[in-house]
Formats: sequence, structure tokens, C-alpha cells
Amino acid sequence: MTGSFSSRNPAPCDLSLTVNGEMKTVRAYPMERLLDVLRHQLELSGAKEGCGEGECGSCSVLLNGALVNSCLLPVLQAQGADIVTIEGLAPGPQLDRLQEAFLTCGGAQCGICTPGMILAAHHLLRRKPDPTMDEIREGLSGNLCRCTGYVQIFEAVAEAARRRVNS
Amino acid sequence: MTNERIVGASVPRKEGRDKVTGQARYVDDMTLPDMLYGATVRTQFPRGRIRTITFGPGIAWNEFVIVTAKDITGKNVIALIADDQPCLADGLVNHPEEPILLLAHPNRHLLPQAVQAVSIDYEQLPAVFTMEESENHSQIIWGADNTFKTYRVEKGEVDEVWEKADHIVEGEYWTGAQEQLYIENNGMIASFDPQQGITVWGSLQCPYYVHKALMALCNLPADKVRVVQMETGGAFGGKEEYPSMIAAHAALLAIKSGRPVKIIYDRMEDMVATTKRHPSRTRHRTAVSKDGKILGGEIEFTVDGGAYATLSSVVLSRATIHAGGAYYWPNVRIKAKAIATNTPPHGAFRGFGAPQSLFALERHMDRIAQVVGLSPVEIRKRNFLKPGQMTTTEQTVREPIDMEQLLDRALKLSDYEAKKQRFTQENEISKSKKGMGLAAFLHGAGFTGSGERNLGSVVGVEGCADGGVRVLVSSTEFGQGTKTVLCQIAAEALGLPYENVEIAQADTNEVPNSGPTVASRTVMVVGKLVQSAALGIKQTLIASGLLGNSYSPEEFRAACRSQVATLGSFRSWARYEAPADVFWDDDKYRGEAYAAFAWAVYVAEVTVDLTTYTASIDDFVAVQEVGKVLHPVLARGQIAGGIAQGIGYTLYEKVIWQNGRMQNGQMTNYIMPTSADLPPIRVFFEEMGNIHGAFGAKGIGELPMDGPAPAILNAVEDAVKVRFNSIPLLPEDIFEALVVDREPHAAGRVR
Repeated sequence: MTGSFSSRNPAPCDLSLTVNGEMKTVRAYPMERLLDVLRHQLELSGAKEGCGEGECGSCSVLLNGALVNSCLLPVLQAQGADIVTIEGLAPGPQLDRLQEAFLTCGGAQCGICTPGMILAAHHLLRRKPDPTMDEIREGLSGNLCRCTGYVQIFEAVAEAARRRVNS
Repeated sequence: MTNERIVGASVPRKEGRDKVTGQARYVDDMTLPDMLYGATVRTQFPRGRIRTITFGPGIAWNEFVIVTAKDITGKNVIALIADDQPCLADGLVNHPEEPILLLAHPNRHLLPQAVQAVSIDYEQLPAVFTMEESENHSQIIWGADNTFKTYRVEKGEVDEVWEKADHIVEGEYWTGAQEQLYIENNGMIASFDPQQGITVWGSLQCPYYVHKALMALCNLPADKVRVVQMETGGAFGGKEEYPSMIAAHAALLAIKSGRPVKIIYDRMEDMVATTKRHPSRTRHRTAVSKDGKILGGEIEFTVDGGAYATLSSVVLSRATIHAGGAYYWPNVRIKAKAIATNTPPHGAFRGFGAPQSLFALERHMDRIAQVVGLSPVEIRKRNFLKPGQMTTTEQTVREPIDMEQLLDRALKLSDYEAKKQRFTQENEISKSKKGMGLAAFLHGAGFTGSGERNLGSVVGVEGCADGGVRVLVSSTEFGQGTKTVLCQIAAEALGLPYENVEIAQADTNEVPNSGPTVASRTVMVVGKLVQSAALGIKQTLIASGLLGNSYSPEEFRAACRSQVATLGSFRSWARYEAPADVFWDDDKYRGEAYAAFAWAVYVAEVTVDLTTYTASIDDFVAVQEVGKVLHPVLARGQIAGGIAQGIGYTLYEKVIWQNGRMQNGQMTNYIMPTSADLPPIRVFFEEMGNIHGAFGAKGIGELPMDGPAPAILNAVEDAVKVRFNSIPLLPEDIFEALVVDREPHAAGRVR
């Protein structure tokens, strides 16, 4: 819910955070959602709002390396933090291995869950570079996909892990 | 010309890179200068007459743009089929989520409070919430008798079969509503200019449906309405009709304010107010011989259409034609009807009526097997439709289909017989009960009956200044791979590399009306037209003397460039023409219902845990015949995704209704399967051939929605020996039947 934080938090304040490696200062209400600050102020529209209540995971970003739902996070809590969004995963022309694998394995259909799903997979592979199928299943269970039945997403993550381990 | 086949290869998705990098642009990612945000004030009562509307205190109302029905310059309807649904309720309201007025403001954060501050006083009228109340005419809420549409199919002499029957098997089956639950909520941006007219950008399936609705609503000619599809984050039928409503609302606000207006639904508004799958009830009465042959039967099928007609007649049509499934019925009578209740209208959802009537039939086949004393496998084998036989609508099966072969392969892949035997022994002592269930079915591709002929879809292919080729269609991409597969078809037809073919954004100023993106018609029907139009481009270049009959991609590029340089851009068009042998009688509901069917056998392996009363699926095997598979990765993705939605439909997703309103419109309380909930979904294709579609392809998108529910419930019955004939089947339903009722094989209907 976008809600009425403005009336409860009358004073916007200046906040600094690192987004995709760049230091940013934003003027925002302290209780404003990180998702809105990313999308509207920083023009990073890769994080999506699917439910606004932390169920679907399509707004997932990394905050100091942790996977968080940016729709639940007041921007105040991101003060001084290091944020990575889908736009920061592979800033150059070369795709990240996960992005490549999602493309070749059919892990992205409509694409709306894809940014969050890829970040969740990235987070998983950092903790478990060579995950079992059950670990993939469990590791992505906070991110909903309505198109794929997850099968080709699992295959993409396994494929990316294989490339990582082999390289 | 390249010798490498492009159809059949898993080429990269056209818009794939944008999707994996977060660059794909959905409607909520777009902002226009000076844009306002819009919101909808809805009814609070299921049925009544609006007396007064009051704008409450504490809101600076003079800052808001306010639109009511009085601001509509054209007809106050969402034009579709019956034109009975108003854009904004004016006087009478017929369901609890009906839009009444619209608000817009530059600060979107002020909208929720403003919506809350509008209060509406009603004279309440008695409402109808169930199919039974509607049929009993407890109140007349629509037309003369609460009935949107009826169909009757008659084949042979049904009245004469009962006395010849060794067994008469009866059953009643129920399915619930289901939310499409695309992860991108509905959204639309509208902009108005007195010279240019109205333009909308949105998340949608059918640009020309929205176009038609806006023309009627705003009283504008075709060239003053422009509809542009943005990247669309899932649809599944849920963005077939309702986007016309949201576009209409955004357009009215944009016209009144003179500024662009964006309306984005939040999840709850999307879930409670927009369309869902029709709830259904099916009654079967079947005459069977002692050797298990179906002699004939009566099928009564009813759907709850909600408050307005919308697409219910078309959903009902598909359900009716699929009610006899993949079996031979020498005699059959099907009576189908769609009726009104005071709930938001139900609408299109992948499968479009077929999952409902096929659920009933495939549960009923297991019941027939029990009565006759045959196995679920054997009863199906004895009744499968074969080439040369006629369906319930007396369409001769001309495809070289062999359902027995599909069934045998599915049994082998799932290790059906051995597991069934083993589970029977293990279930005696185990606290968890395991079972095997199967479903055999078909799904018609394309519009029903005369639908394709009436649509007369048009497709274009353009030769471009850079020597490339561009496909022009209003067929939309929302995850299935439309863009990719249509480019593959054009590339294959022209003998060009896939990279040389692009596809235009679905923008009604740019593309012809290739029909709606529904009904598993895109690859088979539109694809075939793309193939023809592409060949027209080649013929033009050959006729101009710029190209020989055999050419390299470079030669084609050069020829195309010269043609555009000397004569300007050139396009080739193809219009649908019904095959000469396709006959359909709309009055008798008889004839060639579909140009082709896809065929399938699915097997579910299920465990019912008698501690938690949950049913979970351990393995799922899906064998299907869909003609030529043009893109194996996309095709497998369609099947696996459809099965996952089917599993949700069966075991997880329950819409809780109270006075016509959905009570659980959140992802926290309407539960779809997560990655931890689903079994391995194993997908296999057979290619037996099709003459109508592009390169032998048939429809594929809806098929996988039809099989999971009956296969799973058949497996649950195999495991616990209790007959469940209603979905969704939740743990509390299993608990109630196994513990509370304690009547094996008599649980009947659990709603």
C-alpha cells in the first residue's frame, strides 16, 4: 500500500545510500518505501511492485548483501547501506551468468518477476555456489512466478552454478 | 538461402535481454510530463440504486479531477459482445466492485484517502449470489430469466440409450473461481489531444478490443483512438477484457483534465475487482455397456457469469464443445447455460471453460470405471476418439491422432502400473497414502466454430530500409513467446536468419488487427498468416527483378534495401480465409468446432498426509501432441507453467466469497504455489502432424490447464478411497471427509 506516510511524517530528510556502486543522496520521507525511492527518484524501474506486502518478491534488491523486499523497507533503514538492483548486476554489455542462463533456459517468460528472481538466485549462489535442486527450490521460495511453474528457473540457476563452478 | 531450420530451434527470446536486465518497460515504468494519477471509487453493495454521493470532509476536493457517468460523451458501456456493462454505474449497481466515479490528482499518495472519503448512499435491492438462487429466479437480476446464454448439442438418439444400458452412471462436479494472479497488476496511461484524439498505453492482451471500447465510449472515429501495448507482466486471459475498462477510466480522466493520467491497480483492487475463472457445476448421466463402452449420455453444464454478460457466452461455448472430451459418444445431449449473479463478472482465464467441463468428465470417467469394474486406463482405451470418428458436434477427426499411444507413453514414463500396485500394498500400513491418477483430454485451437471466419484477421510483413524484415501484428507478447515464434515463422518462410526479422510493438497506429491474443490461436492461425505475408515480401522482390529464386541473406538484404530506396517502404498483407472443408452451424451447434485439436495424457502421483491432511504431488508426467513444436524451450515453458497453474487451481487457490465480494484479495490469503510446493513437472511432446497451422503447429497455451485437476483428484481418490468431486480441494476438505464424515466413498460434494 502506498499509504499516507506524508501526513504522519511531515518532514522529508536527506539520506545517503550507495546504489549499484554509486553514492546517491535523496530527499525523501523517512518512512517512504525503498521501492518508491528507487523507482521514482533514482529512475531504477527494474524492481517491480507485485503485491506491496512482501509476498511476491518481485521488488527484491540486495541490501548490504542481504535479499530484501524493497516494498517493505522504509528508506530510512537504507541510510548508508549498499544497495544492488538488477540494473547493477552486470552494468556493462556482458550479461551476468545468471542472466545468460535465464535467457537460454527459458527462465524468463513475462519478465515481471525476473529481476527479483535473478537477484534471489544471485543471493543463493553467493551462499551456496553449487546448490542441490532442493536448495534451489527452497532458496527461491520467497519469489513468486506465475508463468513458468519454476522448472526452467531451477534449470537456469543450476546452469549458472555449473558455469560458475567450471570457470 | 539458409538451410538451417529456424522453426524447431530454441532461438533467443526477442525481448529476453531487456527482461533479464530490468530494462523492459511495463506501463508503471512509464511517466509522462504533467501526469496525474487516477483512482476508482467503487460500490459497497452487491445490488442497489444510488441515492446520493457525498464528498466527505478533510479533503481538498477542488484539487481533484472528478469524473462521473455524466462526463461520458459516447455510450456508457464497455463495448464487447452484449454491451450491457457500464463504464461507470449510473443509478443502478449490480455487483460490489462496480466503478461509480473516478478521481485524479498529481500526488498519488493523496488518492487512497480521497477514495475512502467518498460515501455513497444506496437503496439496497435483494441480490443473488449462487447459481441455485439464480436458476430458481429468487430475484431477476439480468434480462428476463438471469440467463446470459444457453447451448444445446444433440447427437444421435439419447432418449433411446437408457433401456439398452447395462449401467447408468451419474455424477455432479463443481469447480471454484480462480484468480489469474499475473504478477504485474493491471495498469493504463491515457493522454488526450483534441486533434490527435485519445492514446492509451497499457498492460493488455487485445489492443483492438480496447480500441473498439474507447471508440464507443468517447464517440471518436477509429483514427482518433490509439492503443499501445507496453511490456505485459503476465495475463492468462485476465487482461483480455478488463483493460478496456481501465483504459476507459484513464481516458475519461485525461479528457476532463487535459493532462495524461495513469491508473495502476494495487494487488487487492486487481484481485477483487477484475475478472476470474467462471465457477461451474456439471451433471453427468451416462449409459454404459457391461464391457465399458459409452452408449450415450446427458451432460448439463452451468457457469456463474457474474453480473454482466462480458465473455460468458464464449467461455460457455468452449466448455460445451469440450464437455465430451477425447471420447467417442455415439449419442449425446449437452445442455449448457451461463447465468447471472451479483458478483463481479467472471471472464477469460487460460482454458476458457474447458478446464471446468473436462474436470467433470475426467472425474466421471474414473467413476464409470469403478461401476463397470474396469481400470481407469482400460475405460479410457475402450472409448477414445479415433481418426474417422465424429466428436459430439459431429466433427470428423481427420488428424492422425492415436490417444492410446499417448496414454501408453504416459503410463510408461510415470511407471504407473508398478507404482499403483506398490502403493496399494504400502497404503495398508503407511500413515501417508499414495495414489496415481490420470487424465486424457483434448483442447481445440483457435476460435470456436465460425469465430475465425468472423474475425477475418489481417497480418502484415514489411520490408525495411535497412534491408531487414518486420512483422506487423496486434498479437501481443505477455510471456508466451509471441514475438519470438512469429519472427521464427517469418524467418523460416523467407529463408533468412532469425536475427534479420523484427516485430513491431503492438500499436494500433502501426499494426493491423490480427485478432485478439487468446484461444491458443496465435501460433496456429496468426502464424500461418505471417508465413503467407512473408512469402509475399519475397514474391515482390522477385517480381521487381531484385532477387533470384535462390538467394543469400546478404542478397535479400540488398534487394530489400534497393526496393525501399526506389519505391519506398513496402508491405505484404495476408487475411484469414477459412479452409473450404470447415463447416459450422451456429444454430444447431454442429460441425467443425476447431481447425485442430491438441491432445494429451497427464499422470499425477500424489501423497495424502494423514497427519496434516495435505495432498502433495510427488511427480507429474505430461505427454501431449501439439503438432510441430516450433520452439522447444518456449513450448515446454508453456506446458510446465500451465500445469503449475492447474495444480494451484486444484489444491491451493480458493476464492472466499461473501455477499458477492472476494474476501481474500491478497497474496497472503489467496495462495498460489511457490517453488517449494511444486513437483518435478516432466513434459514430453509427440508430433503426429497438423495440416492447418504454420509449419504444422497447433495451439498450445491453454491445453496444460485442462489436465491437472482431474488427474490429481483421481490420484487422491486412489490414495484415500474417498471421492472428491469439487475443486479446490484444501486440507480442511480432506480432513472433513476423512475424519468428520467417516463415510468412505460417500463424501460427495465438498464446497
